[in-house]
Amino acid sequence: MKEIRIHGRGGQGSVVTAELLAIAAFKDGKYSQAFPYLGGGGERRGAPVQAFCRIDQEPIRLKCQITEPNNLIIQDAGLIELVDLFKGLKPGSPVLINSPDSPERLGFNDSEFMVYTFPATEVALEVFQKPLVNTAMIGAFAVLSGDLNLEALSRAIEQKFPGVTGRNNIKAMKKAAALARERFGVMKA
Amino acid sequence: MSKYPVKNREIMQGSIAVAETIGALEPGVIGVYPITPQTHIVEHLARLVANGAINSRYINADSEFSAASILYGAASAGVRSYSASSSQGLLLMTEVIFNMAGTRLPGVFSAVNRSLSPPINIQVDHQDTMTLRDSGLIQIYVENIQEAVDTHVQIYRIAEDREVLLPAMVCMDGWIISHAYEPVTLWQEDAVKEFAGSYDPPFKVDPRKPLTYGALTDDDKITEFKYMVDSALCRTENKIVQAAELFREEFGNFHGDVVEKYYTDDAKIIIVAMGSVVGTIKEAVDRMRAGGKKVGLLKIRSFRPFPAAAVRELLSGAEMAIVVDRSFSASAGGILGSEIKANLYHQNGPVLFNYIAGIGGRELYPHSIMEIVQESETAFSKDCVPDGAVFFNLNEELL
Repeated sequence: MKEIRIHGRGGQGSVVTAELLAIAAFKDGKYSQAFPYLGGGGERRGAPVQAFCRIDQEPIRLKCQITEPNNLIIQDAGLIELVDLFKGLKPGSPVLINSPDSPERLGFNDSEFMVYTFPATEVALEVFQKPLVNTAMIGAFAVLSGDLNLEALSRAIEQKFPGVTGRNNIKAMKKAAALARERFGVMKA
Repeated sequence: MSKYPVKNREIMQGSIAVAETIGALEPGVIGVYPITPQTHIVEHLARLVANGAINSRYINADSEFSAASILYGAASAGVRSYSASSSQGLLLMTEVIFNMAGTRLPGVFSAVNRSLSPPINIQVDHQDTMTLRDSGLIQIYVENIQEAVDTHVQIYRIAEDREVLLPAMVCMDGWIISHAYEPVTLWQEDAVKEFAGSYDPPFKVDPRKPLTYGALTDDDKITEFKYMVDSALCRTENKIVQAAELFREEFGNFHGDVVEKYYTDDAKIIIVAMGSVVGTIKEAVDRMRAGGKKVGLLKIRSFRPFPAAAVRELLSGAEMAIVVDRSFSASAGGILGSEIKANLYHQNGPVLFNYIAGIGGRELYPHSIMEIVQESETAFSKDCVPDGAVFFNLNEELL
């Protein structure tokens, strides 16, 4: 089972990210589940939030948060100092951080995790002229993870955001995926 | 291919799936007042009404008390009605819900379970709905989004049955069901409507034929009125079983009737629980079974009526029963635990352990359940079973 934990701040679309990943996995013929954690004041814009997504070949019965994720998405590098982001993360798991800086610059020199950084805010600013980072992060994460279907993700975005909003978000995702391929290389077949 | 009336299979949020199902049933009156985490249900119903997709009368009330009173009025006029609420909102509805049960008016509520204040907390436990338990209200607790959908299809048929005529509540955990996305099957409108049947009460308020609901009754008759509410709720147990069976035949899904059994047949240890945590417990049971432990699970689906006979029958063969309660009656232990215990009295049944856990969103993982089982087994083997309920994972430093 793929267990993805997303950390962000209220307003950055972390909950929507989990939902889009789950919708795309379902459209790709898998079972999936997404849900938010809104304790700790997570209803407020700017407060640290978490969202969760599970993807599996079998129906998912677990109804608890993900404590041992095998994938981590961090939408705001400012959270590194504030939240125990890596808690329970399995060694060797990929971590995607939204930042224009290199992992080394953020202090991840010889991390036991596979830490990648990606300038999602810059991509979002180009597409939306606003820092709406989540679909850019999804594009980069899809490349990093290798087993998420970009077409299914596009259909998930279309379903959730019909019309021009959806089209722009698909653009942001694909632009990010192209940049991620350049940066990370092709991760898997 | 399927003989079942599938409309579509989609991945969607629990609240939207429930609102779509209520939309398919098209209650005549929807009376609402918003509160987190129930809000997405009534927002979506408002959208359906505004778009002309359904023909319900949607009434924004000035409080939950008024919202429930709107259901009372609709039901007394012979109109099918619906509302949804959570937490303090349900408490504010309580007075009206007692009235609905006492005057035998079958409105339907979705309760999206949330902790009660104070301290203010928007996360899940069962204290809100369990506090309504003595009203005469039917209460069914669901495990996942599909069961929430299917139970809403079943509930009107049960509540509006001439032999029942009681308000009913489908209790679904906040966030992990209401705001989660899961694959779910929605059903065709005509099949859902046909299954629910129509609301045809023996009496209706009518200006041309005046009658009174809730008139003063003295000591010469009131016990009998109360007794009739009790009898009606007892009769409901069979109706729930029949609705679950008929639903299985016509729609193909089954989530249990008044209870659901999971590996109970040869179990030495049976965990008893309700709501979404049941899914996590099933996972824990599988892991413990893989390790050779004879553990089972009894899911209480119908808390009111209380499935006393099923509880006695299914727990009688076990050595230990462990009740995981998401609510409690201060000084008297877990509410589910107390009721299970009462029904095992004089039964020569299992030794009972009662854990109060998962309060205000405190997470319960498979390993938490395994820890509870381990702790109970140790106490059992040392013959030092706790007298009352135990608050699980209490942080003593905060006391």
